[in-house]
Amino acid sequence: MQEYIFELSRYLISLLVALFALLGLIALRHKPKENHGGFYAFQGLLIFAVQFLCFLNLALESRDMQYVFFYAFIQIFLFAAIMLVTMIYENVNRLLLNNMCMLLGIGLCMVARLSFAKAVRQYVIVLASLAFSLAIPYLLTRIRFWKKLTWLYASVGVTLLSVVLIFGEVTHGSKISFALAGITFQPSEFVKILFLFFLAGALWEDVSLKRVLLTALIAGIHVIILVISTDLGSALIFFVGYVAVVFISSRNYWYLIAGAAGGSAAAYLAYMLFDHVKIRVLAWQDPWSYIDNQGYQITQSLFAVGSGSWFGMGLLQGNPKAIPYVIADFIFSSICEELGVIVGICLILICLSCFVQIMQIAIRIHDRFYQMIVYGIGVMYIFQIFLTIGGGIKFIPLTGVTLPFISYGGSSVMTTMVMFFIVQGIYIRLQKEGGKHLVRKRKPQEGGNAAKENNTENAEKRDKG
Amino acid sequence: MKSMWEYVCRFFGNTSKKRVGSQREILIITCVFVVLFIGMTGYLCYFTATSEQDMINNSYNSRQQILLSKNYRGSIFSRDGEVLAKTILDEEQKEKRVYPYDKLFSHVVGYSTKGRTGVEAIANYYLINTNISIGSKAANDVAGLKNPGDNVYTTLDVKLQEIADEQLNIYRGAIVVTEVSTGKVLAMVSHPNFDPNKIAQIWDSLIEDDSSSILVNRATSGLYPPGSTFKIITALEYIRQNPDTYQDYRYQCNGSFHLGNSKIGCYHGTKHGAVDLNKSFAKSCNSSFAGIGMSLDREAFSETLEELLFGEKLPITLSHAKSYVNIPTAGQDAEMMQTSIGQGKTQVTPMHMNMITCAIANDGILMKPYLVDRVENDEGKLIKSFKPESYGKLLDEEEADVLRLMMAEVVEEGTASKLSGLSYTAAGKTGSAEYNNVKGDSHAWFTGFAPVEDPEICVTIIVEGAGSGGDYAVPIAKRIFDAYFSAK
Repeated sequence: MQEYIFELSRYLISLLVALFALLGLIALRHKPKENHGGFYAFQGLLIFAVQFLCFLNLALESRDMQYVFFYAFIQIFLFAAIMLVTMIYENVNRLLLNNMCMLLGIGLCMVARLSFAKAVRQYVIVLASLAFSLAIPYLLTRIRFWKKLTWLYASVGVTLLSVVLIFGEVTHGSKISFALAGITFQPSEFVKILFLFFLAGALWEDVSLKRVLLTALIAGIHVIILVISTDLGSALIFFVGYVAVVFISSRNYWYLIAGAAGGSAAAYLAYMLFDHVKIRVLAWQDPWSYIDNQGYQITQSLFAVGSGSWFGMGLLQGNPKAIPYVIADFIFSSICEELGVIVGICLILICLSCFVQIMQIAIRIHDRFYQMIVYGIGVMYIFQIFLTIGGGIKFIPLTGVTLPFISYGGSSVMTTMVMFFIVQGIYIRLQKEGGKHLVRKRKPQEGGNAAKENNTENAEKRDKG
Repeated sequence: MKSMWEYVCRFFGNTSKKRVGSQREILIITCVFVVLFIGMTGYLCYFTATSEQDMINNSYNSRQQILLSKNYRGSIFSRDGEVLAKTILDEEQKEKRVYPYDKLFSHVVGYSTKGRTGVEAIANYYLINTNISIGSKAANDVAGLKNPGDNVYTTLDVKLQEIADEQLNIYRGAIVVTEVSTGKVLAMVSHPNFDPNKIAQIWDSLIEDDSSSILVNRATSGLYPPGSTFKIITALEYIRQNPDTYQDYRYQCNGSFHLGNSKIGCYHGTKHGAVDLNKSFAKSCNSSFAGIGMSLDREAFSETLEELLFGEKLPITLSHAKSYVNIPTAGQDAEMMQTSIGQGKTQVTPMHMNMITCAIANDGILMKPYLVDRVENDEGKLIKSFKPESYGKLLDEEEADVLRLMMAEVVEEGTASKLSGLSYTAAGKTGSAEYNNVKGDSHAWFTGFAPVEDPEICVTIIVEGAGSGGDYAVPIAKRIFDAYFSAK
């Protein structure tokens, strides 16, 4: 009996997740004004079906009741998340909400399979993050002075990063975390949000060369502190986020080219200067020759993906713990191993669906400040996924960052959730004010308030100048 | 291109011509990431589709143990369904690997404890995976039994293997028998051999004994001086470099060839008299071939040797050694002369020599040698079958034709005359490879095929330290050909 369930679930889980991902892509074509309640309710149903199958496997294979209880708790959370958010904010973006819940669900399930104690902690953090995030759309629509705090964002951000650099704990050779009252924080995660607010504040009405250079200086400080802390992944994310935001705010392609050139030069310099960068590149080029030391992590990750193949070995049937730091940096490989590469690919598609939806929202925003924030969140989110998945399958060198919503790591999951709810808040605001007839009539030049029109004018002047 | 861009714009709900904000720039960045992710997903698919076996077979991968804890190893069969290896489970589900033919297949089927070799290694993935029906799986699960791994059917022929093994007798050496048109390996013998049933008990003595290299599969990993069998290649290169005039080649053999201080003598100092290329080859005239070697363009020769897979990995899955050859640069005539007749520093594996011979017999096309014919689950359902695969052309059809006839002449009136006048025709080349400085100490080589008109099988033999190829290797080839053709 059990065998039938295991065998069947392997295919059924792949099928359901694939269906969910497919719907997630189809939903990108929905117009904001249309009502697709049934569509999203069905997608929500798929989340619960996948959860049920995953935990059925875990419970049957381990014969451990703890999974049954944990399952119940996760279902309560997911149900509450979807119900509460849609009740409080009727204009919420359902696609982003569903995608987030799917990723959180699979993440919690996988973390529980890898380490039950850590899964419980993760659950508590996810719960707290949701409680906190629920207030974000409200705050965003009520508070009007977000644009005026530009230099506060920068100073708090740099201070936080510096504190970690000086007082942080060294874990795996990197200074990236900071313990306070028994809870470990990874401030580089939270600073991402501050950094985006800073960039948007500094560049939304002025993109003169002077301004750009000034922001480059501040961004450079962020990146350099991160490089010194050997948090290369975060440094890269900040850098890419900076270049991308400058590019859209200035609409100047030279900034994109200069950013790419500068980035390549910096990467080359880092390669020449730092041994740990050299080792990562070496391990990427030919991990099999260094399988006992530098290449160990990546080869174990490849073993996991390769052994799992398309449909996976089944939950608890593989050996994902053979990969060092699997729970944070290589959770994607463990998913490929036990749930299969098809599920892995579907997760990539779900993340892409989030990204494209965020960018679609960004395009519709007329307020440059909020547009840049939403856009920046999209770019940082997708680039981080690219780094972690690409690194885990040897597509690019390893940088060791988390997979948003899925990896174990409180700071990571909280930051990503806050980011998503910032997008939600701006989206809700977009639907409510000005956006209403803006969306309906598709006449952007009529929409928006006076300030917004000034903006556009400013932007046009800048273009000429 | 433009319409595609418009489509992308429409997809983003951006139909208005007038640009507001930075829509265009956002679109560009979005597209960049989407393309990046398509590339990454493509790479993931490619990796998954091509690497599963390599990943599972890697000894650093702990997941093998997981499979082995649930499945027991499948059986290995000969081409006609004889069991070559099987696993017996006792009442406590403890496994014992049994090899019914004892020593006979010790290298080619190999062993699976103390590391893995032979078919046990190359088919490991299939042997430890199971494809039995879900019903049987469920039944085994309830009964607390392990699942049977899939069974592997090899291309090996028990009869030919027995003959080859018997003929090699107490000598050290190796024999490879392959099917010309497909590359199927019919027999592969390496002496000395051991009983894989007792591998655990005899392991310590096997690895302590470093004089006999008993664990080495000499057929694939034994490196030997090719001796006169290398003249096949020297002759090929001569034909390549003199396509119109090679038939006019003449040489007067006085039993030795001198150049400066170096001297190459014919086997046992025989004087072959006036010879052309065919006769030089048939009689295996060292003096003549030393001269031919000296006349060759060395750079072109090096290229040919590379095409013939010298210094390269062979297209076979069995672990093997790379053959070695060195064509000296200008000067170093003594070494060049030695190399032309297959002495000097040159070393080949019998498998490699067999592949070159096969290509000659098969109009220049090398079929990749293979051992695993198909995989079935325990209930006899076909899981995967392997088709003959061509590696490509090693030489031109015309070149292959010329060499084929030259090798036939070796049998008709040359050093392999023991193969002439039989119910079938055969062709080949003998070799007596000197391996130390004591004259007369030589390995006996033969590599050849039969029938000449439409070659079916290819046999390569090396008998260590036996003497001349014509006397010691050719009779073995005759017995193998006899057995093959009488069974038809």
